[in-house]
Amino acid sequence: MIDTKQKAGVNVSRRTLIKGAGAGAVVAASSLSPVAFSEEKTVNMGFIYVGPKDDYGYNQAHYEGKSGVAELSWVKAFDEEQVAETIEVQKSMESMIQLDGAQILFPTSFGYFDPHILKIAPKYPDVMFLHCGGLYDDSKHPENVGSYFGYIDEAVYLSGIVAGHMSKTGKLGFVAAIPIPQVLRNINAFTLGAQSVNPAITTNVVFTGGWANPVKEAEAATSMIDQGIDVLTCHVDSPKVVVETAEKRGVYSCGYHTNNLALAPKGFLTGAEWNWSSVYAMYAEKIIKGEKIPNLVRGGLKEGIVKSSSYGPSVTAAAKADAEAAKAQLVAGGFSIFKGPIKDNKGNEVIPAGKAYQQTDITLESMDWMVAGVIG
Amino acid sequence: MQKTLEPIIVTAVALLFSVLLIALFITSTGNDPIAVFKTIYKGSFGSWFSVQNTLVRAAPLLLTALCTAIPARAGLVIIGGEGAMVIGGLFSAITGISLSGNSPIFILTAMMLSGAMSGGLWIALAGFLNYYRGVNETISSLLLNYIAIAILNFLVFGMLKDPETLNKPSSFHIGEANMLGVIGESSIHWGIVFGILLCLLLWFVSLRTTFGFSVSIVGGNPRAAKLAGISVGKMIVISCFIGGACAGLAGVIEVAAVHGRANGSLNSGYGYAGILVAFLARHNPLAIIPFAVLMGGIQAAGGLLQRRHGLPDASVEVIQGMMFVVILGSEALYGRMPFFKNKSIGVSV
Repeated sequence: MIDTKQKAGVNVSRRTLIKGAGAGAVVAASSLSPVAFSEEKTVNMGFIYVGPKDDYGYNQAHYEGKSGVAELSWVKAFDEEQVAETIEVQKSMESMIQLDGAQILFPTSFGYFDPHILKIAPKYPDVMFLHCGGLYDDSKHPENVGSYFGYIDEAVYLSGIVAGHMSKTGKLGFVAAIPIPQVLRNINAFTLGAQSVNPAITTNVVFTGGWANPVKEAEAATSMIDQGIDVLTCHVDSPKVVVETAEKRGVYSCGYHTNNLALAPKGFLTGAEWNWSSVYAMYAEKIIKGEKIPNLVRGGLKEGIVKSSSYGPSVTAAAKADAEAAKAQLVAGGFSIFKGPIKDNKGNEVIPAGKAYQQTDITLESMDWMVAGVIG
Repeated sequence: MQKTLEPIIVTAVALLFSVLLIALFITSTGNDPIAVFKTIYKGSFGSWFSVQNTLVRAAPLLLTALCTAIPARAGLVIIGGEGAMVIGGLFSAITGISLSGNSPIFILTAMMLSGAMSGGLWIALAGFLNYYRGVNETISSLLLNYIAIAILNFLVFGMLKDPETLNKPSSFHIGEANMLGVIGESSIHWGIVFGILLCLLLWFVSLRTTFGFSVSIVGGNPRAAKLAGISVGKMIVISCFIGGACAGLAGVIEVAAVHGRANGSLNSGYGYAGILVAFLARHNPLAIIPFAVLMGGIQAAGGLLQRRHGLPDASVEVIQGMMFVVILGSEALYGRMPFFKNKSIGVSV
């Protein structure tokens, strides 16, 4: 009996072996097709994301931008998700250039720049490497490298205004990844926006220590709600956990990176969103026309690089009116979010009275303080 | 002869069976499996560029796989490669930064020694706790990963932080001159050479020396080993140290050949991928080489699969997972196939 079974086992293996050998032969027979270079009138654009492209967050914002530009008939856009900030991203960039004929690359994660883009770019002087973030320095970086970024704190400031109107307890919550200038700037803009409505309002901040830390994000959100916070927002890669937790517990939330209304149909107020498709389309047009690609692209609401999400169902008319008024001022220019006197939460004066920083001011990009009213 | 053939044939059959399963999976996603296999081949081995891509990705896996494979020979299931890699990378960066000004060879040697030592001690700790305090080594080595990552973050956000790395806190740079270069004209860094040499060396040590034999006895039956006069605790701690040193060296190579600094990128999953490779290789250091290259190849092809077939990144994990399960399942075939039975009575080690 046992013997038969064993024989049967061997037979199966042999059959598998034959089938498998067939498949293997086909694979081996596939000749190396020549590198598919682009036809005359297309623009080949490659996008690389550090996380999943459906995270409702940073990566999805870029994926939406890619999908937007891909609608142009003369654009061939391709992407890779979940690419680590290691030698993997160097190889992904090279693979897009060598196997797909990419003319312009958008490695979107912050950590892709140094050393990865800086290492690969000099090898391919005809390919443009554009990085999302503020790291490009024309005095020391190659000419085919550039950066683009948006002043998303403008849209976060508007979220703050709405949050300030809607909060009953006067306590807001902010789940943040790590204490770096970009994140602090958003925390401050959110708090300043809310304080423009109610000067006594406070923002509790919890740093989770990483860009994608769903368990800690949920813990932070839950504990803040337990402390009586009734509007939550965040700056992590994916706002999904924070916004969904807020909805589940019946408090308001402001989104980040993309439109988060679907995550919280009841409690969603508004949010700060990227509008990358306009930026990507701009680059594509410059390439097809043969124009020079600018090394540095920045902008906020006015330039259409960032936008506010449409208002959720519970936002009051007064809140909308205030937010719209501030938006009009930001779009018109001349309005400054970081305008003295501003004290930090340790009592030091960080911006003296009479001093107002424009968004373009480089000082803001090394922000290392949190405004008075921020707890954490 | 047949004893050596058995694992090769069983593994090959399992691999072919997993190819069939993968083909079924690909068909279920609405893609043509033959076209997808062609893409996998093209992305992993189809051109000199792809081969380099594969080898570069395989390099850290060779070393982190040893971190699981060597202690496994002494009967331990260590999953702390990630933490040992982080600690090794961190300490090598500290060494590199503090020795700056010396000759590159001296700095690199010191970095390797400190990285391997620190990674080795890290895993030896799990071995020590296992033997002397009865702490489960799988749990302790897993938890040590989180401690390692926390120490890394604490230092690169604090005293080691280069103020220029504002938005991605990292340690100071070890200096371009002190970096480990690439092999000749290729883009493959020297890490792959270290990995292959260590696999060969540890294969020899494990299967051809008294020490390796004692370790296998400890792994097979610790009581019998004790009766035979083998110092079980010492064997356990030493094999953990060797494994950890390999993973620590993987961290050194990440710092010295890729990043130039220690930062959060040290913790990017190579340690966990190494566990997969070690189990696929059935903890044989020699077999780690082809399996690490296979894994590297699948990962190298992953990007192309996304771009050409619209498959999500997770499909690569499904493919890896299917291979893993089928190969682990194939263990049940050992000793059951009459072809290999009762024809030779050799010592299998």
